[in-house]
Amino acid sequence: MGRVHLHADGTEHHHDHDHPASPEHDLAAGRDIGDHSGYAATGAVRVEILENLLSENDRVADANRDAFARAGVRTVNLMSSPGAGKTTLLKRTLRRLGSSVRIGVLEGDIATTLDADELEGVGATAIAVVNTSAGFGGECHLDAVMVRSGISRLPLHDLDLLVIENVGNLVCPAEFRVGEQAKAMVYAVTEGEEKPLKYPVMFRAVDVVVVNKIDLLPYLDFDLDTFLSNLRSVNPAARVIQASARTGEGVDEWCAWLSGSG
Amino acid sequence: MHELSLCDAILGTTTKYADGRPVSQVTVRIGHLRQVVPDALRFGWELLTEPTDLKGCELVIEQIPATVECRECRAVTTLDLPILSCGTCGSFEVTLLTGEEFLIVALELAEVEA
Repeated sequence: MGRVHLHADGTEHHHDHDHPASPEHDLAAGRDIGDHSGYAATGAVRVEILENLLSENDRVADANRDAFARAGVRTVNLMSSPGAGKTTLLKRTLRRLGSSVRIGVLEGDIATTLDADELEGVGATAIAVVNTSAGFGGECHLDAVMVRSGISRLPLHDLDLLVIENVGNLVCPAEFRVGEQAKAMVYAVTEGEEKPLKYPVMFRAVDVVVVNKIDLLPYLDFDLDTFLSNLRSVNPAARVIQASARTGEGVDEWCAWLSGSG
Repeated sequence: MHELSLCDAILGTTTKYADGRPVSQVTVRIGHLRQVVPDALRFGWELLTEPTDLKGCELVIEQIPATVECRECRAVTTLDLPILSCGTCGSFEVTLLTGEEFLIVALELAEVEA
């Protein structure tokens, strides 16, 4: 008996509780000297748990998801590295869709309300801000609890669509479900071709990648085919939409995906 | 990443299931695709348990490699990198078998002197 450990190479080995004989063991009542193998002999009790490490977050994410479903709100988690163009794309989106679709925005940032300020008055039904500077000095991602707090300040029943603009970060947001129906990434052509290989977990997590800033292509050495090939190697199923939030190219296609109609 | 808040979660669950009893060991099972660094997790565990009743409680980390099954040639590949492709035929049409595990498996209560 004993514990079984799995190793990365697939081998497993067992730990037996062997100890050299010592005066302390001699004094221990009722124990065999030098042999503590087996739980019955040692008295150690194993309590099986088998719970997800982020069970608390996932529980709240499920509750958020149910709240969105009850209110009939399509919810999208929008992620990217800092500066890829989430807010600019959102601004375009609100202008294009805001009069026909009731859109709520939940802005996540470590600090400032600058993104929410940027989006004022362009067509959102409601905007709520979550600054993540509570906890260990400013979380680098939104989690389900923060989103729950944010949506408590939004009139969900008056919304058709909710966009959660996550903190600019290509690593952490992928690990935290917040209750969204779909995940989208904004990726700027100025970021180069190799990022899918460097941040595979994030690229794997998203349903769509908006390849943004295509108006800059004439000034760059960006190789779109190489990027797409790299993206396919980590996420063959991701939809790709080429766009420029600045000129408006591709924004119709993005809006169709976002509203769930294309 | 976020090993410290993961340790916080492990600490919370351990405390709940221990229910006041002393714990000698906690076992977690983490797949390679979960972006967790074992050394950082162990360090965070020592930091967080230091001022608590769980000081000295060992964190055992079962690391599960990422494996995929190819839908074209049926081969099973163990991944060295998080690139999901078949090691035999190179296809990207693969199904992830293991590597996303993220569990607290069990805890062992400390031996109690009779």
